[in-house]
Amino acid sequence: MNRLAPLRIGVALLAGALFGFGLSLSGMLDPARVLGFLNLASGHWDPSLAFVLGGAVLIALPGVMLQKRLQRPVLDDSFHLPEKTDIDGRLVAGSALFGIGWGLAGFCPGPAVSALSMGLAPVLLFVAAMAAGMMLHDRVIAGMLPR
Amino acid sequence: MSAYWPSLIGGMLLGLSAVALLLLNGRIAGISGIVGRLLGGGQIPLNAAFVIGLMSGPPLYALAFGSFPPVTIAASWPLVLVAGLAVGIGTRMGSGCTSGHGILGLARFSKRSFAATATFLLAGVAAATLMEFLR
Repeated sequence: MNRLAPLRIGVALLAGALFGFGLSLSGMLDPARVLGFLNLASGHWDPSLAFVLGGAVLIALPGVMLQKRLQRPVLDDSFHLPEKTDIDGRLVAGSALFGIGWGLAGFCPGPAVSALSMGLAPVLLFVAAMAAGMMLHDRVIAGMLPR
Repeated sequence: MSAYWPSLIGGMLLGLSAVALLLLNGRIAGISGIVGRLLGGGQIPLNAAFVIGLMSGPPLYALAFGSFPPVTIAASWPLVLVAGLAVGIGTRMGSGCTSGHGILGLARFSKRSFAATATFLLAGVAAATLMEFLR
């Protein structure tokens, strides 16, 4: 399937572009809109994020149903899907830490990386700190946590 | 309701992107996973292609609508730095973020992703609401 590798890269590029365009259209590139959803005490709650997540899951559901009937993806020998099933301390603690960071500035990884192309200084700072945090986790913290 | 059409349609495009990556490449469109693997030197062409595509979103939007989408950052620089670190460490420790857990995980009825999504939504609401009172 190596002859399909260039096609997979093309698909990744197009899927990324669609994701970035979708985020831009959805309004979720804007931390102010995200915080308008997460901040319940603002006095003008903005439900947009629920529509974004709802719309995304609505389309993903039939895609997943189709995927479960397939032996393999169109361009590869096998699916590369997460296999863990247990809800452990790392999952909950990591998700809580991510949520806190998300609620502090209004950025999660997708919108922040997508907005890099707009060249705004705080976005560059956020993504640099996020990348540092990811490498710190993968290279140092992960090895120190209990299994 | 009409004010939320762009959010709903934008969200549906995110779903379409995730489905395309799943059915064609057999992979989960999880941004923290893709960026994390890229930083670790894993499958560089595939992950870099997705990230380049992702970054082309705002310019494509500007081509279609005449201006970049709004990005308003109210947080101070130190807060942005702390938030970035927390998001980086947290998404890798929790094996995903709003895209991998929030979109595909929920659509796959993954118990782990339901737990993760409930946790980061609750923590996000708690942090953002608390910040309102500290301002």
